[in-house]
Amino acid sequence: MNDSDLPLWAALPVSVLLLLGAGLTLSGCIGLLRLKSFYARVHAPTLGTTMGMFCTLLASILYFAVTRSRPVLLEILIAVFISVTTPVTLMLLARAALYRDRREGRDDVPPPGTHGAP
Amino acid sequence: MRRILPHPLAALALLIAWLLLVGDFSPGSLILGVVIAILGSWLLREVQPPRLRLRRFGVLFELVRVVLVEIVRSNFAVARIVLAPRPRAISSGFVRIPLEMRDPIGLTALAFIITATPGTVWVEYDSADDSMLLHVLDLIDEAEWVGIIKNRYERRLMEILT
Repeated sequence: MNDSDLPLWAALPVSVLLLLGAGLTLSGCIGLLRLKSFYARVHAPTLGTTMGMFCTLLASILYFAVTRSRPVLLEILIAVFISVTTPVTLMLLARAALYRDRREGRDDVPPPGTHGAP
Repeated sequence: MRRILPHPLAALALLIAWLLLVGDFSPGSLILGVVIAILGSWLLREVQPPRLRLRRFGVLFELVRVVLVEIVRSNFAVARIVLAPRPRAISSGFVRIPLEMRDPIGLTALAFIITATPGTVWVEYDSADDSMLLHVLDLIDEAEWVGIIKNRYERRLMEILT
C-alpha cells in the first residue's frame, strides 16, 4: 500500500475499525479455547460474525471508496451471506449436541418440552 | 406474470446479488443474471415458502434498531467474559420460553435474532409445546430472560407480521 493512496483522515478510521473488528473476532476465538462447556463455546464465534465482521467490512468499504479502486457494494453481499448462514450453523450445532446429550442420558441438559406432549 | 416470475422480489434480489458478485454491469452479465434470477424464482416456487405480509413499518425499524443496539452491547459483554484475566464462574444455562407466536416466518426471524446476538443461542423449538429452548452464556435470572424475549422481540414481531 502506498502512502499517497490513502489520506490520513481516512487511514485513521480504517485502522481503528480494522483493529476493533479483528480484536473482537480474536476474542471470539479465545472464547472457543477458554469457555468450559460445548454450549458455552457455541456463543463465542458470534463475536466475529456480527461486530467483528461489520467493523472489518466497514473498514474495507471506506478504504476502497476512498482509493476508488473498485465498487464497494460487494461488502454488503458478504455481510448478508455471513449473517444469514452463521446462525443456521450455530443452531444446528447446538441442536445436534443437545440431541446427543439426551440420547446419552446426561442429566445436565433439559428434557424435551413436556407441557403439550402426551 | 405470476406464471413467468412467481417471486418478483426474490428474483430482483438474486439479480442484484449476481451483478454484485460478477462485479460488472455489462449487457452480457445482465442477461445471464436475469436468466439465473428467473430460474431461481422457479425453484423458490417449488419450495412453496409461506407468504410474507408486513405491516407497521415503524415497529419494524424500531425492532431493527433494538436488535442492532443489543448486538453491539452483547459483543462487548461477551468479549469481557472471555477476556477476563481470571475466568469468573459464569453460570450458563438453558431457559425454556413459552411462545405465543405461531407464524413460521416470525419464528425464523426470532431464531435468527436470538442466535445472531452474542451470548444467546436458540437451541430448539417444540411445536407440540409452543415453546423454545434458549441457551444463555451468562444466565443470572431465568424469569428476566422470558420477559426480554417476549417483550423485546416476540411482541414486536407479532405486530409486524399479520
